[in-house]
Order: sequence, then structure tokens, then C-alpha cells
Amino acid sequence: MAASLRCFLRSGKNTVSALQRRDFHRSAPAAVQMTVRDALNQAMDEELERDERVFLLGEEVAQYDGAYKVSRGLWKKYGDKRIIDTPISEINVLLQAGLRPICEFMTFNFSMQAIDQIINSAAKTYYMSAGLQSVPIVFRGPNGASAGVAAQHSQCFAAWYGHCPGLKVVSPWNSEDAKGLLKSAIRDENPVVVLENELLYGVPFEMSEEAQSKDFTIPIGKAKIERQGNSITLVAHSRYVGHCLDAAAVLAKEGIECEVINLRTIRPMDVETIETSVMKTNHLVTVEGGWPQFGIGAEICARIMEGPAFNYLDSPVTRVTGVDIPMPYAKILEDHSLPQVKDIIFSVKKTLNI
Amino acid sequence: MAERNLSGLMHNNQSFQIKCHKCDLHRLEEGPPVKAELTREQGLQYYRTMQTVRRMELKADQLYKQKIIRGFCHLYDGQEACAAGIEAAINPSDHLITAYRAHGYTYTRGVSVKEILAELTGRRGGVAKGKGGSMHMYAPHFYGGNGIVGAQVPLGAGIALACQYQGNNQVCVTLYGDGAANQGQLFESYNMAALWKLPCIFICENNKYGMGTSVERAAASTDYYKRGDFIPGLRVDGMDVLCVREATQFAADHCRAGKGPIIMELQTYRYHGHSMSDPGVSYRTREEIQEVRSKSDPISMLKERMLSHNMASVEEFKEIDIEIRKQVEEATQFATSDPEPPLEELCNHIFSKNPPLEVRGTSPWSKLKSVS
Repeated sequence: MAASLRCFLRSGKNTVSALQRRDFHRSAPAAVQMTVRDALNQAMDEELERDERVFLLGEEVAQYDGAYKVSRGLWKKYGDKRIIDTPISEINVLLQAGLRPICEFMTFNFSMQAIDQIINSAAKTYYMSAGLQSVPIVFRGPNGASAGVAAQHSQCFAAWYGHCPGLKVVSPWNSEDAKGLLKSAIRDENPVVVLENELLYGVPFEMSEEAQSKDFTIPIGKAKIERQGNSITLVAHSRYVGHCLDAAAVLAKEGIECEVINLRTIRPMDVETIETSVMKTNHLVTVEGGWPQFGIGAEICARIMEGPAFNYLDSPVTRVTGVDIPMPYAKILEDHSLPQVKDIIFSVKKTLNI
Repeated sequence: MAERNLSGLMHNNQSFQIKCHKCDLHRLEEGPPVKAELTREQGLQYYRTMQTVRRMELKADQLYKQKIIRGFCHLYDGQEACAAGIEAAINPSDHLITAYRAHGYTYTRGVSVKEILAELTGRRGGVAKGKGGSMHMYAPHFYGGNGIVGAQVPLGAGIALACQYQGNNQVCVTLYGDGAANQGQLFESYNMAALWKLPCIFICENNKYGMGTSVERAAASTDYYKRGDFIPGLRVDGMDVLCVREATQFAADHCRAGKGPIIMELQTYRYHGHSMSDPGVSYRTREEIQEVRSKSDPISMLKERMLSHNMASVEEFKEIDIEIRKQVEEATQFATSDPEPPLEELCNHIFSKNPPLEVRGTSPWSKLKSVS
């Protein structure tokens, strides 16, 4: 109680209005702080409780509490049957009739060992069987760059999985995204790839009261406008949503108001939200951590061109992306391999011709 | 190396017979000899190698805790006899590939402590110019340093194929751990190596734990030396550098005679956790670690053997230790003072033997240059 009260008071914007309400019957405060890790943990916990067919398998998910501690406490609570430690065999995808597995990849880099099964067995089966066999499976784990983990452990797979019909692909940014999207993914009848981010696991975000509910889900396929603005549209997914908001705060001081869109879902992509925004702002910058060629930004550019928003553009779309190289190890090189906030600010100004 | 002549027993080339454990055999009529010959010179060299790796790894631990090394760091202390023993039995012209617990092999394959530590600290003097990091160090006839568990094994079989193709009488030592032993790609490699009689020595370094999972919880069969089924195998005491050397010699002879691949399981132990982010005590007891340290430490075992056979003196070992400490300190000095790689290096080495190309930076206005 005391802790939640502290969080409540720290949250600032709700404080004054709540005091004025003088609501004595309301014991729980509006929002709490929760890390992305805990949000994912809560999502899995709630879904494991809700549906007996749901179970988690992966390397070190049970007794080790998870390589990144995302599944902490779950094995203690649910036991061997529901939380399963596997050997190092990524290709252990289970098409278990009637069950709903959550497969954790220690990172998505290792998913390449199993990618044939993900695409050819999971993604395509419902189609190939003309609706006879559905695949309600979730693949989740950290995606993209971490810190100093070098070339083989830093790749972003958003474009790879986003390319394939039959898969749904989500990429949460904050804790609400993480919880809501993972719950939707688990409840979805189709294979869903959940691209988490290791650097975000430990970051606390505000969780609204609504998000704390056991039935809180976020629809797959709908983007969210995190910040409204009129000057230019910024679109990003995962960690770079935060970078865009940081850039927007700096640019606001110069009178440039950015509209920041959090994609939330890579496939199916919510192009409509982007189009509506571009038709208002006339400028678009996409931001991603992955490589430029055939990436998320490239797809957004193509879709904008094919739709009504094209005629509203006052300048070509700018893609801010990772540098087109394998990830180097040395810190100075790694820092220069990924979009920084200053790169976003630079690109916004160039796009606006300022 | 100090030349102390105590009681006229210290001749460098005088050889001693040291008894090894007998190896468990699979599809082999006979195994390596149970008596290993060791000269004083060899013994001191193996000691020096193992102690250097030990001190280098402990220094890496220290630097990691000081946040001077970042990312992943998988330490090899406890397993030194494997790297030292294998190298003692193969030629520099033979080939070797391993996974990410690779610092020991990087050293035994000829890279200096200085270049290894500088790579860990991400400096331009590192063996991969700071671009590879802990898991991606290479040298002539040493193919890393591989981050994806098990992926190095098909590569090793491929290198063995190249040896056969070129008829150069070389072998490829292909290392993997007990965790990787359950990867399907290994079995594909076994099949092809056996079918084509490739000169591949598959070596499983069984340190009992795949990250946090003990071998009993991961493998339907923990007889890793038998997992190659139709491939002959032997199980070796991986804490005894002489056992490892004899077994590797036996295996290399087998391959060079055109008999095809062979599997060695080295029973060994790592003192550290899986990586620096794993304390290593949630899935095993401190007592277990302590017991191995006190009863089976590879460096202590060799030293005690040599002392009991009067092959060297306590003072000599002390002097070697001091020399190594100094060497590691100097390497650390370099590794912590050498500058980071220049930004011009960022995009180089995408392609080999290619004209310079333009690389896209973080925005369309950022055009970077890449040379081979």
C-alpha cells in the first residue's frame, strides 16, 4: 500500500485531480510503475492461470527463472508440466494438437536454428490445410541489439518475420505494450512472433489501472499515437519509440511538434494510422534499429506511396536505420552503428528542410 | 626458463612415464596408452600454458567487473588441460574450431595474451581490431570463437573436408560442449564425416552444465563419446593434461590414417558460471566447485606430479608464476590504454577482395565508406 502510494505521488499528473476528488472508497491508486520484464511475467502468469492449455518452454525458463529472468517465479508456481526447460534444440517447435505453447528463444538470433519450422510449419499450415489445422503458438524473446554482444547476437528480425504471410508479428515498447500484446498473442489462434528488447526489460513504465487488470489486452494490428504533433510524423517500433519521444522533446523547444507513432504491430501493419498522420503533418520519418535494406522503413515508404497519403507529402520519406554492417563489438563502433537521438533530430530537420 | 640443477636430476629431455586414467572406449579395440611420456621441458611448457590461460581468464573476470569488458564473457578457468593437451598433440598446421568459451584456445593457437585482452576491452590492438569481441577471435588455422551453439560443428566438418580435398594430411579439431551435443546439426555432421571418412576429431568438452541445465536434465544419453553412434569414441579425463594429450594424439593418428572421424569426450569442469552474468551457484553447490578445485585442478595436478617425480622444483614453478603474472599485467596495461578503433574502421571488412563500396549510415545523408 505504501509503495503504491509512493508511486502514485511520483506520477505527478494525476495527483492534484485525485486529491480534489476526495475519493475515500478508492483504495488502489490510478497508476503504478512496472518494468517491461515484470509486465511480461504478469502477462504469462495471468494467461497460464486462465487457460490450462497454455505452457511455456525454452532454455533456462524453469529452474534458472529465465535467462533474462522474464519467467521468474513461474516454475515455482506452475511446476514441471507447465514450465519446461528444454535442451539447446531451438527446432523443438511443437505442433501439439489442442495445446497453446509459448516458445521462448533466448534471443531471436537463435531462432534462425528453428526458422524453417516457424515459417514452413507454423506460418503456412493453416493455409495449406485450408483451415483444418490451426497453430496457436507464440514465439517470444529478445530481438535486436543489446550492449556489446557483437555481430551474432545483435540482429533485428522484424523484417524477416514481418515478410511472411501466416505470421503475426508484434514489437512492444513499454510495459503496457508488453503485457497487452503478449496476452493478445497468447489468446490468438495464430502463430505470433513477439519481438521483445533486452535493454527495455529493466526499464520501468507507468501501468494504468486498466492495464493492471487480468483482462487487459492490446489488439494486434493497431498502432498507438504516443505524442500528438503537427509538424512531422515519426514512426518507430520497440526501443526507438523512446528515442523518438526524446527527440520530440528536444525539437519541441525549437517549435517543431512531432507526432510519434508507436507501431506496436509489425504484421499486420497499421498503415491507416500512419496515413492519417501524414495527411496532417505532410512529413514522415521512420526509425528502426534493423538494417535499411528491405526493412520496416522501406515497407512503410512503399505503402505510403501506394495510398492516399502520398499526395500529402511535402518531401520524400526519410528512413533512420541501423548502419548496414554486422554489429561491431567495440563501444565506440557499436554506438555509431545504431540510430541515436541526435540522428533522429538531424533527419527531422533535413526532412523539414530546416 | 630457470635452469636449476638440483641433485643432478634436472635434464630437460629426460623423459618420465606418467600414468593416465584408462579411457572408456566405443567401437575401438584399443585406446591411447595408459603411460604418457613427459619430459621436463614439456611439463614446464604445459604448466606455463595452463597457468597463463588461468591468469588471463581471472584478469578478464576482474576487468569485466570493472566494466572495462562488456557484453558476453565466458571464462575457461578449470578447463585449461583441454586446450593445452590438445595443442600439445596437434601441429600448428592442423585446424581447430570451437564455440564461445574460446579465450584458452585463442591463446594456444598462437594469439598473445595482449591481443586477446585488447580484443576483450574493444581496442584497436585486439586480434580482431576490437570488432569481434570475446566470442569472435580468429587466427591462422583457428576459426573462432562462434556465438551460436553448435553451429561451429558443421563448419569443423567442412574444414576437415577441405583437408581431405587438398590431401594435406591435416586434421580439424572440432569442439563443442555438452549443451551443444543435443543440437541436430551435430548429427548431420557426424553422418557426413563418417560417410566420407573426413579427418575430423569431434571433441565434446563436457563440463556437466549447459548454462544452468545439468547434463541429466538435457540429454537422454550423457555418454557423449557414444553419441556419434557409428563413429568410434573415447571418454577422457579432461582435467589431466597428459590424458588429453595422449587421447588427442591417438585421435589424430586415427584420422591421419584415413580411418575417418573420431569423437572424444573430455570430462572437465568450469569454475565460473556459464558467463559473467551467471553466478554459477543456483544450479550447482559451492561445495561441488570447491571439491573440484581441491582434488582435480589441472594446474595443481601437473605441478604435483612433476614435483613428486622430481622433475622440477617449487622455486621454478614460483618463478614461472611470477613471469606469467608480469606478462598478464603488461598485457592488461596495453589492453586498458590502447585506444578504441577509429571510426573509419566501422564499415570495413564487409566483403573480401572487393572494390571500395558505399555503405548507408543511419540516415540517407550518411554515406560511409567500406574497404576490404
